Parts: sequence; C-alpha cells; structure tokens
Amino acid sequence: MKAFLILEDGTVFEGTHIGAEKEVISEIVFNTSMVGYVEALTDPAYAGQAVCMTYPLIGNYGVCLEDMESSHPGPDGLIVRELSRMPSNFRSDMTIQEFLEKYEIPGIAGIDTRALVKLLRDKGTMNGMITTGEDIVPEEILPKLKAFTQDRAAENAGVCEKYTVGEGCRKVAFVDFGTKSTVIDCLTKRDCRVTVYPASTKAEEILADKPDGILLSGGPGNPKEYVSIIEEIRKLYQSDVPIFAISLGHQLMALAVGADTFKMKYGHRGGNHPVKDLATGQVYISSQNHGYVVDMEKLDEKIAKPAFVNVNDDTCEGLSYTGKNILTVQFYPEGCSEAGNNGFLFDRFLEMIDKREGGMEHA
Amino acid sequence: MPRNPEVKKVLVIGSGPIVIGQAAEFDYAGTQACRSLKEEGMEVVLVNSNPATIMTDGDIADKVYIEPLTVKVLEQIIEKEKPDSVLPTLGGQAGLNLGMELEESGFLAAHNVRLLGTTARTIKKAEDRLEFKETMEKIGEPCAPSLVVENIPDGVEFAAKIGYPVVLRPAYTLGGSGGGIAHNQVQLEEILENGLRLSRVGQVLVERCIAGWKEIEFEAMRDSAGNCITICSMENVDPVGVHTGDSIVVAPAQTLGDKEYQMLRGAALNIIDELEITGGCNVQFALHPTSFEYCVIEVNPRVSRSSALASKATGYPIAKVASKIALGYTLDEIKNAITGKTYASFEPTIDYCVVKIPRLPFDKFLTAKRTLTTQMKATGEVMSICDSFEGAMMKALRSLEQHVDCLRSYDFSALSQEELIERMKKVDDQRMFLIAEAVRKGIDYDTIYNITMVDKWFIDKIAILTEMEEKLEKEAGSLTVETLREAKRMEFPDAVIARLTGLSAEEIKRRRYENDITVSYKMVDTCAAEFEAQTPYYYSVYGGENEAAATNDRKKVLVLGSGPIRIGQGIEFDYCSVHATWAFSRAGYETIIVNNNPETVSTDFDIADKLYFEPLTPEDVENIVRLEKPDGAVVQFGGQTAIKLTEDLMKMGVQILGTKAEDVDAAEDRELFDRILQETEIPRAAGGTVFTAEEAKEVANRLGYPVLVRPSYVLGGQGMQIAISDAEIEEFMEVINRYSQEHPILVDKYLQGKELEVDAVCDGTDILIPGIMEHIERTGVHSGDSISVYPAFTVSEKVKETIAEYSRRLAKALHVIGLINIQFIAVGDEVYVIEVNPRSSRTVPYISKVTGIPIVDLATEVILGKKIKELGYEAGLQKEADYVAIKMPVFSFEKIRGAEISLGPEMKSTGECLGIASTFDEALYKAFLGAGVDLPKYKQIIITVKDADKGEAIEIGRRFEKLGYIIYATRSTAAALNEAGVKARKVNKISQESPTVMDLILGHKIDLVIDTPTQGRDKSRDGFLIRRNAIETGVNCITAMDTARALVTSLENKEKQGSKFALVDIATIAKRGK
Repeated sequence: MKAFLILEDGTVFEGTHIGAEKEVISEIVFNTSMVGYVEALTDPAYAGQAVCMTYPLIGNYGVCLEDMESSHPGPDGLIVRELSRMPSNFRSDMTIQEFLEKYEIPGIAGIDTRALVKLLRDKGTMNGMITTGEDIVPEEILPKLKAFTQDRAAENAGVCEKYTVGEGCRKVAFVDFGTKSTVIDCLTKRDCRVTVYPASTKAEEILADKPDGILLSGGPGNPKEYVSIIEEIRKLYQSDVPIFAISLGHQLMALAVGADTFKMKYGHRGGNHPVKDLATGQVYISSQNHGYVVDMEKLDEKIAKPAFVNVNDDTCEGLSYTGKNILTVQFYPEGCSEAGNNGFLFDRFLEMIDKREGGMEHA
Repeated sequence: MPRNPEVKKVLVIGSGPIVIGQAAEFDYAGTQACRSLKEEGMEVVLVNSNPATIMTDGDIADKVYIEPLTVKVLEQIIEKEKPDSVLPTLGGQAGLNLGMELEESGFLAAHNVRLLGTTARTIKKAEDRLEFKETMEKIGEPCAPSLVVENIPDGVEFAAKIGYPVVLRPAYTLGGSGGGIAHNQVQLEEILENGLRLSRVGQVLVERCIAGWKEIEFEAMRDSAGNCITICSMENVDPVGVHTGDSIVVAPAQTLGDKEYQMLRGAALNIIDELEITGGCNVQFALHPTSFEYCVIEVNPRVSRSSALASKATGYPIAKVASKIALGYTLDEIKNAITGKTYASFEPTIDYCVVKIPRLPFDKFLTAKRTLTTQMKATGEVMSICDSFEGAMMKALRSLEQHVDCLRSYDFSALSQEELIERMKKVDDQRMFLIAEAVRKGIDYDTIYNITMVDKWFIDKIAILTEMEEKLEKEAGSLTVETLREAKRMEFPDAVIARLTGLSAEEIKRRRYENDITVSYKMVDTCAAEFEAQTPYYYSVYGGENEAAATNDRKKVLVLGSGPIRIGQGIEFDYCSVHATWAFSRAGYETIIVNNNPETVSTDFDIADKLYFEPLTPEDVENIVRLEKPDGAVVQFGGQTAIKLTEDLMKMGVQILGTKAEDVDAAEDRELFDRILQETEIPRAAGGTVFTAEEAKEVANRLGYPVLVRPSYVLGGQGMQIAISDAEIEEFMEVINRYSQEHPILVDKYLQGKELEVDAVCDGTDILIPGIMEHIERTGVHSGDSISVYPAFTVSEKVKETIAEYSRRLAKALHVIGLINIQFIAVGDEVYVIEVNPRSSRTVPYISKVTGIPIVDLATEVILGKKIKELGYEAGLQKEADYVAIKMPVFSFEKIRGAEISLGPEMKSTGECLGIASTFDEALYKAFLGAGVDLPKYKQIIITVKDADKGEAIEIGRRFEKLGYIIYATRSTAAALNEAGVKARKVNKISQESPTVMDLILGHKIDLVIDTPTQGRDKSRDGFLIRRNAIETGVNCITAMDTARALVTSLENKEKQGSKFALVDIATIAKRGK
C-alpha cells in the first residue's frame, strides 16, 4: 500500500505503508543511530514525534521485547528507507512490522530518508503527517500540520502511579517525565531502592518520603510548557537532597533556577554525540534525544556553571550547581548497558548521596 | 593538548613490497600520514623499499630512502638523518616489527629518538600472544582458551586437552602467514612446525576453534588523553574461519542488536584503553551466533587493511587523525575534514551499506586450492556503497573484473540438491554463488545456514536477489516498469537484465531513460547528513535526490582508476592515476576520479575535486558522464581497467585525452600493428593470430616450436605461455578460451635474448626516454617478474641507440600523446620489438624515481598540449644516471597453497622492491635484501635443473662452492656437477627412499633451492613438490638460471663489502631530474 509523508512546508514523500494502519500528525525528527531502533521505538521522549532512522536498513535483528525501554511505544510514527523482510537474531521475538502493528505505530518505508534529513537539517524540525490517503490535498491540511504541538507530552509519558523497585540501601526518588527503563535499572543495579513518581507529584510528597537522592528523568516536549512541574522542581532545588537530572529533567532544573531554554534547529538524536567534561577535559561519546537545550548565554554563573559541552556545536550538555549537590546532564548517561562508558555519572550521583549521608553522620 | 613541540623531524617507516596481506592500504595510510605531518611543519624522512608507492615520492616527504627494510638499514638512516622521532604504526606489520626491534635493542634510546604514537610497551602487550592474553584476562575480556607454544609436543598436549579442531596462529607474521585450522594431530604437527619457523619469535598460539561464530571488527581510536571512540563496526559475511582479508565484509555490522553492538563496542573501547593505544587500532571479535558469548580474536595496535576500509566506508581519515594524535593532539582538537565544522572526536554514522569483496588470485593460479582459511590469499579488494545490501553486493561483484556481474556468473545449475549441499561444505570464493543456487533449488535457509554458518539475514538477501532474477526471467519481454525500477534499485546491470529478460541491453537502457529510472549520487559525509559536508565523495543509488551538482566553471577531466589490486595490475597504476590527477589539477582542471578500490590513495577524498566510488564498468561510468559531462577522459593511467573503457567512453561522446583509441587499437591489433612495423621497418618475431587450438597448432608448426601463446588486450601476461608441443598448445588454448575472447589470440615464435624495456613520453613529435631498463632474466620470464636494471648494463651502445630510434618511430607511428611502454628483445646487436603499450606501465613509478624525471606529470602536460621542449627537457634518450637502480620482483607464493611458483611468461609477482646504489653489485645486493633474501644462513643449497640448464648450473654451482656452500643435487644434476669438478652430494628424489630432497628441505637447514622446471605444467612432478615445499617452509626458491646467477653475484659482493650501505636520498634525485 502506498503511504505519504506530508511536511508542513508542503513537501510530500511517497513511499510504502508500514506498521499500523492509521494516520498520524506529529513532529518529524531524525535519529542517526545505526542500531537501537527498538530502544528508540520505546523511548517515551519521542512522544508526539515521528522518528526517521538515518540508517537505511531497519529491522535486521527483529524486536526483542526484553529490550523495550518502556511498556508503551515512544514515537507516534516511524520513517525508514527499508524495512527488513526477515529479521535474524537469536533473541528476536517478532518482526518490526509485527511490533509496529501490535503497538499501533504507523510508518512509511521506501522514501529517500537522506533527502528528508537534509531538509530537516536545513529548514529545522517540521511537523508532518504520515498517511495512506491518496486523495489528501496537502494545501488543505498544512494549517493543521503547522498547528500541531507536542502538548505537554511529559505529563503523560511517565508512570501514573507511584511504585518502588530495587532492594538497595540508598533511597532514590525518581521523578518520571517519560524515562527509559534502563535509567532505573542503572540505579537498582547500584544498590538503590528506587521509588518512581508520576511527573505531576508535588515536591512535598517526594521530600516527605525522605529520599537520599532525587533523579529527574528525561522526557518529551518543550520544557517551558511544564510551568507547574518547574515550580515543584524549584522546591526540590532548595531541599539540599542530592539531585541528578537527565535531559528534560536537566532543562527543567535550569528553568527552575531562572535560566532559559530554546528549541534547537533540529535537535540531537543519535548515539554519536561527543560531550566534553569541562572538569577533566575528557570527551565521551553519548546517546542523546532532545530538541531543546539550555541557553548558556543567559546562565547566571553564580547559580550554575557548564559542566559538559557538546564538542560539535558548543551547546550545553550539563550543569553543576554552585554550592549544591546537583548534577544535571543533557545527554543519556546510561548508554546501553554497563559496558557503555557513561555509566560513571551514576557513580558520581551515588558519591553525592554517600558523602552527604556521611556528613550527616558526622553531624 | 597541543602537539608536542619537541617533535620536529620524524622518520616514517613504510611497509615494503606489496605482498598478500600487506597491500596498497599502507601506501594510502603512509601517504596520508606524511602529508598530515608536513601540514604540521614536520620534517619527514621516509623509508620504504617499495618504489611503486606514492609515499616514496620526493614531494610527499622531505627525505626519501627506497632502501631495504632491515634493522641495520634503519639504524644507518637514523644515524645519518638524526630524526627525533620514529612513527612505526602506519607501515603495517612490517613497519611495526622494525620499530619494535629498534626500540627493544635500545638503539632508539641511545640515539635519543622517541617512538611516536603507541608505545613499545603497548605494542608488545597487543602483539605478544601471552602478554595479550594476560592483559585481556586482567580486564575481563574473554579470549578463546589458548596456549602459546614454542615447540610441537606442548602444542599436541594442549590440543588434546581443549579438543580438536584447534586454530594455530604464529606470532608476528603478516596476514596470518603459517596459520591454519588443525582437525587432528597430523595436521597440527604439520601446521605448527611451519608456523614456529615463520614466527619472528618462534611462538605459535594454539587455541579453541571458534569457526562458525560471527566475525565482527571494530576500528577504534584513542588519544594520549585517553579519549576513545569507535570509527566503524564491520561484519564478515563469512564467519570465523576465513581470514577477514578473504571475507566478504559489510559495514556497519548488520545482524547485531543494540545489546550485542554495545557490548562489543564497549569491549573494544575497554581494550584500547587498557592497552593505552595512542592512534588507531583494530579489534576483531568472534561472537557466538546464539548467545552473548564472545571472544577477542586479535588486536592490531596500528593502522591496518581494515582501517583503510573503515576510512573509505565512513569518510573518517583514520591515518591522518592517527598521525595528529601521535604528535600529541587530542581528538577534540582535530577538525573533521569532511564537515569542516565538527571535530574528530565523534563516532561516524553512516546512512548506507558498504560491501567489500576480496580479489582472489585463483584466475592466475589455476592449480592453487581455492579453499579459504585463516591464511589470507586475496591480493586486493573492491568496495561498493549503496543504500541497500543487495545493491552494494551487486555493485561490488561487478567491480571485481573477474567476469562476474551477478549471482549467476558461476553456473552451478547442473548440481543436484545433494551435490550442492556437499559443495557448500567447501569454503571457497564461490560460496555466495553456491548459496544463491541452493536458494534457487529450494534448499531451506536452515540447511544452508547449518553448513555455511552464513547468517540467515545474508542468505535472505541473496534470496531477494535470486527472486529478482526469476522475476525478470518470468516477465521476459513483458518486463514491467515497476520490476525494472526494482531491479535497478538492487543494482542489476542492464546487461544482466537483458540476459534474463531476453531483451537487448540497449532496449533496457532505453526503457530506463523513458521511465526516468536513473541514478542519483549521494554523499559520504561521516554523519548521515546531520551536518553539512564539504567533501565531494559520492556513490550512486537508483531513485531519490541527487546531491552531486555538476559544476561547470572549469574544464573537467575524468580520471579512470585501476580497480582492485591484482597480480599484473598493482599499486603502480594508482601511482599514475594520482599523479595525473594532481597534474591536471595544477593545470587548472577540475578533476574527477572514478575508482572502487578502498586501499588506494586515489580513493582518498582529498586527491581529486570529486571522487565517485563506483564500479568501473561502462554502464556505471556512463551514469557519471551523463551528469558531469566532462571535457575529456584519460584512460592511459588506469591500467587495463581504464583502457578497456575507451571504446565505450567514445560512444558516450567523451573525448579521450592523449593517445587516440584507434592508435591504442593499432598497438593491440595484430594486423594493424604488423603494418606499422613494416612501415617503420622494425623487426619482430614472426607470428600469427588465431582463435582456435587448431589454428594455433597450424601457426606454431609453421613457425616451429617453441612459441609464445597469449591473448591480446591483457595485462600482466595473463594466460601467456611458452608452448613446445601441440599438446601444450591444446592445454593453453583451452585455458585461454575458458572465457570467450573478443580479441584474437597471438602465437609468436619464441626468441631467446636479452629483454629490454622503455617507458617514454611522446608529444606527437618528440619522444623523451628517461632510460632503458634491462631484465636480468632472459626472454620467457614475464617483465613484471624479472629483475629489472636501470641503466641497461650488458647491451652495446648500438643496441641502446637502436632502441631509442625504434621507440621514436613507434611512438610517432602510433601518434602517441602521453605515455608509451615498449618491450624489446636484443639478440646480439639485433633488436626486435615484443610489444607496445601506448599507456602507463608498471615500471613508470620506478623509472620516474630513479631518473628524477616525473614522467606522469610530463605525460599529463603533453596530453594538455604542451611540447616536451617547452617543458624544459631535451628530446630523445636521456643521459644515464649515476646510480644503478634494480627493481626486484616479490612474490607471495607461500600464501597460496598449490600455486606453481616457476616463472614464465605469465606474471606471478605481487610486488616489488628497489635496490639503488652507485654500483651494480651493491644495488643488486640491496634489491635481494629488500625482497627478503638475506643470505647466507646455513650455507647449504639444493640444485636440481633441467638438462638444458646443466651447463649454467655448473658455473653457478662452482661460485656457490667457492662461497663455502655445501651443494646437494638430484641424481642427474649431481652427476653433471661432479663431473665438472663441482662437489655435489647426491640426494634421492621424492619417490625414492629416505632421506630425499624433501627431507632435506623440511630439515630447515637449506638456504636456497635452485630448481628449473622441465616443460609442461604437470604438477605431480617432483619439481613442483620440491618448489612448493621449499616455499611453504620459507626456503628461498629460484626457478630461473639468470636469477640464480644474479643472486650468487650479490652474495660474492656481500663478502667483499660487508653490511654497510651507501644510502641514496631519492628526493635529491627528484630535484636533479630537470
């Protein structure tokens, strides 16, 4: 069946329909990872977006359900050059086509994905529609496309009910704006008992549970829209509990202390972004998924200083908060697993927790 | 960290002659490194014994030594040049070993020279089997259970403990020389004995056999600050068991999930960090196909063949970045040259699929075993890029130039299912074609997988291609536009679609254009279009947006490259293509290179203004021509690959720059050429042209045997043979006619005499001959396999004058504009022409360097309309240089089991080295030394020659005897020697009782075997076995009396001279040239 991708600038790509049979309007973004499509398809930070994989052959190793980063799909649509007709991997549970159907994600294959990426690179992220409707007149739907927003997706991307996992000795409060489950695993593996809170949880409730540390997760959407969440985070900032914030969490914390964020032209989505640790000069290759970024120009250095920058475009990749036990990063510190080289940031978070505990014992 | 200010003068060690396992990739890496060092203001001293390389040009380094790569020579160079640093990690295993030896002996420390890049400590940790294993164990990276053994009993005991089969890997050898898989004790003992001897340190690793696991490679980089990145993952389509150099390789890895990918990536980074590599590094893993279990196979702490592939596959210039890291820069300080905006500290991401296929030499060595093992056999490789695996595979197949253009090119349709299943068990270069046939025959994927262990994803891709074949066959004349579009998307060439549908190729092309089924070019940019790229490095796909904008501001020239490195067409042609490109560029032209060889300098993205990484077939080139509309094309620099395209280029309306196509034809076409010879009054051996064996026999009998039989329009004497009987004519004609010949076959009277050769530049009026080269071997040995001496040293002035005169006449008669190569025979003072090639030749780099006359540059100027006299040169034969320069062929026979090593009219050498000195004797000694002939060792020699050679054997034997050699000889040779008063011990033939000549060879106390083969190619003969065994046990083996005489001369000279050499800086010759 034919499918079309219609962009808000009127560009139409014709391809083949894949996945669920439904029409979707979303923001169109691209991901440059050559592997990890299952992880991308289940990353809640893609809520409200259709993701185009720049690697042309997708589905080669099928879908292993164990690798899902959340119980529900992340992006609203998938755009690929070619969907593998036969996956080959000993862990594969189903084909990607079956996965897309099961989780009701529509998609389009067989388009010139590189041309699409160049368009997004040059013009910036755009909204678009994936449809099988052959009789759609692009001009008529363009206003609808332009009007689309992600609509505070983070409020619904995470858990709805508080729950606790892990048996560790450190109590971590985990505020879920739409996290990848690996982040939680990284903590439980490091001797933490993690209580996961819905995005809308009040600061008082979290602090009342007396956590040893707080983690603010990543998630989708424009951080500035989350006005009430930012309010709560400001209270957490004042609490003295060590905080580690990732991606959206990092942006929200910056906004909570009066810094600013802006929308990037086409964001950072992929597994090859170099970030430099300004304290050591070390450069790490990180996995990222964000379209907004903290504005370093407008940063009050008395409150927070850049801790990490992106080597490619000098954007803010992390902040350290003056006089505070707070570390925030824009990139995904978890990588894929313990083998990833960025896991050390969780260790740093635990050190922050342990030092404070030790300090308290002293007092 | 900025660069280390103490580094000012760097010695770069090259990799020496091209051999199997160490090919052009190191010229690419070395050239890139030198340019990168010079960019940083370093003074660069280069040493490499290989004159065919670009890196040994006077303009690449400040001081260039084309000297034998031995520790002694390097020490001398260091003493003379006093560099402050040595860079050993860009010259392959050869360069690395030398750097290590210099460091270990304390020489570097004593002379205050530092080893740049990765330290000796690290190299040892990565290269020494035991240390490597311990290091891996320490950081928890698994290796297959293994033990380093230094003798056979230990190996046998360990193998019994871990169980057969076991893999054997000798330490510090090239391309896995001497390694293999042993399935039982007999095999183990055989391989182990050989491996122990070949290893520089006498160590062989015996390890658990993990054959059949997925073979995955990562290219990684680390700087001195500890920043680590991976450049590229690669997956071998052939699982563990086939050397990665002989495997079809795909990049990026296709069948790994994110978990496996990250696990291995993490392991690669762990390893490179623990080893504290500074620079590039290659890590090979074996991954169990149905679990997360993996083993580290090996780590190469240097730039390698895989890094050349990874560079070309991603656009990331590994050698360049590695050199900057060696100088102290960190990754985040080095600009990514492709984007010009981002930095080297990122991991390239690609948005296409890359397929590499090895170029195996079985078309040259018909008797050789085609089996692929852990011992590399490929001489070169091709790479292709497409947006699908199917497309990349199809493009790579036709790039090979081995008469293959689709998965039906080897026809196995006659085999039954059972036969196919049996046949697939044999791991060889035809495996993909067999799998394709198995799929066609309906054998299920599981069965194919269980036999071949080729991942089902690849099997399915092959199935997609065979399904398309069937679809095309079925639709036949009623081919639909959709099917045609889909077939082209999978990169089926028009000719294949035509064959399958029964339509003509012209018709297919017409329908394509009619329906707008045309190619687009996409850019290789390291970043999947995330950033705007500056670098015009393109590949084609069908459909989609075209990114290669045709530019029209300058005149444009298309330079056609020479494709994969193969015997007969090596790195020399890349040298010519690159120099021509530079010369056109200097003349203000926009330059466009088309080539498909990832190992070469010409496919580096900053050589030409545009690089199209594409197959060199008429259809692929036409697509480029339609877009670029070049003002002209040059074909004379790209070897036979480019020459073959001449006619098609003309049909496309492209002007051929330089010598016209019809004149190229005149040189190849027997009748036309004979007419020219008549007109110019130049004699040649009598002969005739034939198509069939019957005709050939008729001509041969008319001329009288022996005769020379060869196909026309080939390079490297492919298929050329000397026949002495009707039976041999039949045998040779059958081999030649195995592929249908478009052109007639030549049968010539064989003349025995001195063979001489010239390369010259002609501007239509005048000819410039830099010098005359004389071959040491008499006619009958292919010029590429002969020892070549400049200046000609035994012929009279009259002969030289005649050669100059004949060259002038021929060039003029053929209207040569540009390069011409002519081969002559001198019998006494009579000069005959053997053949004329109005194009570049294999000796062009050599003669350019030793005379200091840059003939490719001059040829290019001439092609552009300049006259020789305007370029500041006198016409005619140039004054002889003060040096004697000897080009020595280098062979890779030990790598190819079953190959006949005796020299003949068909070329067999893979590379060459140079000996240059002020005297003939010293040059000859250097040349032998450069080729790895470092004698004497045990002073024992075996001589076994055919009757015709006995007289010469006596003279040569006497000279060896005088040098203190003990001579062993087979019955009749021994009798002849003893009779003449040369003491020879008689040894038994192989079929006779022990001890035989074979036992002697296997006893490892023999320096040299001189064995001239009796006629015929019957390989069951003793001689064949003697020669093979000598080669496989690492004993020097000489098959031509002239070569033997040259060697004994050189040994006599060594006695007199000792081991100190006078070093010659090639860069000063280059300055002297004009």
